[in-house]
Amino acid sequence: MSAKPRAALAALALSLGGCEGPQNMLDSSGPQADTIEGLWWVMLTVTSAVWFLVVAAMLVAIWRRRVRAEALELSGEPKPHRRERSLGIAVAASVGLTVAILFAFTIYSFVLERRVFAAPPKDALEIQVTGHQWWWQVRYVHKDPSKIVETANEIHIPVGQKVTVRLSSPDVIHSFWVPNLHGKRDLIPGQEAIFWIEADRPGSYRGQCAEFCGWQHAHMSFWVHAEEPEAFQAWLEQQRRPAPEPPDDLTRRGRDIFVTGPCAMCHAISGTTASARFGPDLTHLASRTTIAAGTLPNTRGHLAAWIADPQSYKPGNRMPPTFLPPADMQALLAYLETLR
Amino acid sequence: MSDDVLRPMEEREAAAKLTGAWHEGEGILAWLSATGHKTTGRRFVLTSFGFFIAAGVLAVLMRLQLAVPENDLIGPDLYNQIFSVHGTAMMFLFAVPVMQGVAIYLVPLMVGAREIAFPRLAAFALWMLLFGGLLLFVSLLLDMGAEAGWFAYVPLSGPEYSPGKRSDVYAQTITFSEISAIAAAVCLITTILKMRAPGMSLNRMPLFVWASLVTAFMILFAMPSVMMASTFLIMDRLIGTHFFNPAEGGDPLLWQHLFWFFGHPEVYIIFIPALGMVSHIVEAFARRPVFGYVPMVLSLAATAFLGFGLWVHHMFASNVPQLGASFFTAASMMIAIPSGIQIFCWLATLWDGRLVIRTPLLFVFGFIFTFVIGGMTGVMLAAVPLDLQVHDTYFVVAHFHYVLIGGAVLPLFGALYYWIPKVTGRMLDERLGQLNFWLMAIGVNLTFFPMHQLGLEGMTRRVYTYPPEMGWDRLNLIATVGGVLVALSVLLFLFNLLRSLSVGRLAGPDPWGSPGLEWATSSPPPEFNFALPPVVTGRSPLWEAGEEWPVVTGLKLDQREVLITSVLDAEPDHRTEFPEPSIWPFLAAIAVGLTFIGSIFTPWAVVAGSVPVAITLIGWFWPKPGEE
Repeated sequence: MSAKPRAALAALALSLGGCEGPQNMLDSSGPQADTIEGLWWVMLTVTSAVWFLVVAAMLVAIWRRRVRAEALELSGEPKPHRRERSLGIAVAASVGLTVAILFAFTIYSFVLERRVFAAPPKDALEIQVTGHQWWWQVRYVHKDPSKIVETANEIHIPVGQKVTVRLSSPDVIHSFWVPNLHGKRDLIPGQEAIFWIEADRPGSYRGQCAEFCGWQHAHMSFWVHAEEPEAFQAWLEQQRRPAPEPPDDLTRRGRDIFVTGPCAMCHAISGTTASARFGPDLTHLASRTTIAAGTLPNTRGHLAAWIADPQSYKPGNRMPPTFLPPADMQALLAYLETLR
Repeated sequence: MSDDVLRPMEEREAAAKLTGAWHEGEGILAWLSATGHKTTGRRFVLTSFGFFIAAGVLAVLMRLQLAVPENDLIGPDLYNQIFSVHGTAMMFLFAVPVMQGVAIYLVPLMVGAREIAFPRLAAFALWMLLFGGLLLFVSLLLDMGAEAGWFAYVPLSGPEYSPGKRSDVYAQTITFSEISAIAAAVCLITTILKMRAPGMSLNRMPLFVWASLVTAFMILFAMPSVMMASTFLIMDRLIGTHFFNPAEGGDPLLWQHLFWFFGHPEVYIIFIPALGMVSHIVEAFARRPVFGYVPMVLSLAATAFLGFGLWVHHMFASNVPQLGASFFTAASMMIAIPSGIQIFCWLATLWDGRLVIRTPLLFVFGFIFTFVIGGMTGVMLAAVPLDLQVHDTYFVVAHFHYVLIGGAVLPLFGALYYWIPKVTGRMLDERLGQLNFWLMAIGVNLTFFPMHQLGLEGMTRRVYTYPPEMGWDRLNLIATVGGVLVALSVLLFLFNLLRSLSVGRLAGPDPWGSPGLEWATSSPPPEFNFALPPVVTGRSPLWEAGEEWPVVTGLKLDQREVLITSVLDAEPDHRTEFPEPSIWPFLAAIAVGLTFIGSIFTPWAVVAGSVPVAITLIGWFWPKPGEE
């Protein structure tokens, strides 16, 4: 679409609410979202024009009534209709125009659909995303099992590269959606969906589950961090390392509380004996920006509150409250903060 | 004696005899036994309107919860029940039955018949609707409300992820309401095809009658699909079948296909009767017949056929093969053509007519303004790439409320203002009506227009709250204000209606100078509709006939005798006697209702319930003493 109407419409939309944001399809940051945004502006322009014409015709019809001197009574004789032919031509022309517009839309949609859903290259970086009630399990696959990276609610991708995303769900249907990058794709139990995403500029983009999945559907978000390839590689190398050895007594005590207490019933930290798979892998928890699937920022205070009483922040989620003496809680938090 | 003296005398004598044959009687037993189509139709509309108000209260609660970010007015558990019951009630208990109720009341009058075909079945449909709706709402009050959405996708609604009885209540509410819808559809189809006044050939049928006929056929094809789905669901939950369990070879997508094979036609089942209403209002207030009768009828039929070919556009985000998706894109685009044809024909009618602007016509203007926006966003949703961005966001919430409120509720309110004088015999107040219109039209647009933008900005559907940093709060607050305006407009309508019952101006038989047969009898019509059933000579009988029109004679007046005519040309075929009022439809509905409600708790209820169901059906069909 040419720049002029696009800019004008963007200005209009800005005045209504804004075209920028971390979770906004009008702030496209990848080739696919960009293509779709282009389709949006074309369709918005054409359909708005059609709507204005229809409403204008209606308003003129109402206005014509006022300029005629005929009696405006219900009891009056019904009007003899003599202008059927000219009305017929007008209606037929409008229908013809409608058909032409719809035909063009259909073809345009087909062409763009085949562009944004072309198969990803075979050697693309591959990420498995599994939706759980109510968090996202993320795994960077690798032929060498020791190089598999497991994380949660946060995806890092290199800018300018196609990234294959393999989607599945073990419980109910979820939907993976990062509007700044691409449209959504459902995660259906018993099936696997494959599609690809690409970011063309660095940034942090928010995604959210788009298919209703129960109590905490509203709090099932995640972040996609698009980074320059070198920064991404550095992050990936960091994530491949097991959790660091605790540096002091306090954090050692925190680790012991983790692996011997209730935490290890559900969570894993590689390099320790905690290896449960029910909740998110916490090996590099401190490197993430949020906790509880984007519900809270990852700060010491929020982490403490979350561990003590997760049900008040995200009612219905699978994590039970954990009652720890204050000293133990401080030790645990100190340990979790070392998991960079 | 001249003809114009003879006619009233003849009419009075006939009316006296007919009253004896068609009277419904007084007392509680007679009230429960009533089967007259006007009684049933009135009750249908009142019942579904009651559910409309209850579901509307839920909508206001949702808007209050979403007015500000991180609101803790309503928690996730209650919110999920509220939005599920809101959707289920609006679709199954309000939108479809209210249109059917209007049709049950009006269609026999419009085709010049004394009664609807199978009046007892129509009464049965009413009771099923009432019991199903009460089940849904009483369950909500007992904290057992449906919780997986009106679409109830498995596995979320299945035995593992929806323990308790909430999804069973949902499934059986569907079964109730679809039995009701199918029964009413059978009555309407038979009435329209076999009981039209002599001379009312198919090509002279009023457009609302055409719309009702098309809708009733759609119901016959669409509703069994969702009833099968809801039955599979309750079987998975109750007796351990695995229709939707992928671990045992079932498929969660099977539910989506069965549901949307019904769910998309459902939209047109709601919307097509409203199109019929619009045509009648336009005709009366533009003072000329609707331009393009044949294209209008063909558009209705085309919409019905195409409506069955686009259900997969609700599932573009699942693993649909690309070629398959393209087919449904093309079909979804194509269905805009018949809708467009009808809009253009109405515009042509308005253009050429002598507009007399009254409340019903204002609602038609509101319909065109609002519905076309919904139609345009519908075209956008047909394009797979764009759909995948806005699917399951507030953009879609905006879209379908524009289509359903703009396309069906605004015409419905116009129709209520237009036809209530026929039902009650009294006019609604015009100034209150115009205020009602402006409040509702402004409220609806204020509520739903900002939701387009919210969807583009990433707000997903069915969330009970949202974080403040998303920047969605301002538009949500505007939407909430709009929602309150809509609620006020409905209250204003109720006030206007109640007020008219005591102080409203008397309507007389034909207050709007309309062309249809329903205006050829008194307001409210007598129990037998027409003392002398009319014979039809054109599409606008009252405009064409002048003061006198030919009538049917020779029907027995001291019995419930009606004339059956041929399907195409409505030529008189034979006479038949109609059944008396009966308590059995009510008792049968109770027996079926107890069976369904029991089946929520134990499968054995189906076995035990079959006995009372059989007894009531035998009672229902037992021949009258003295019949051959």
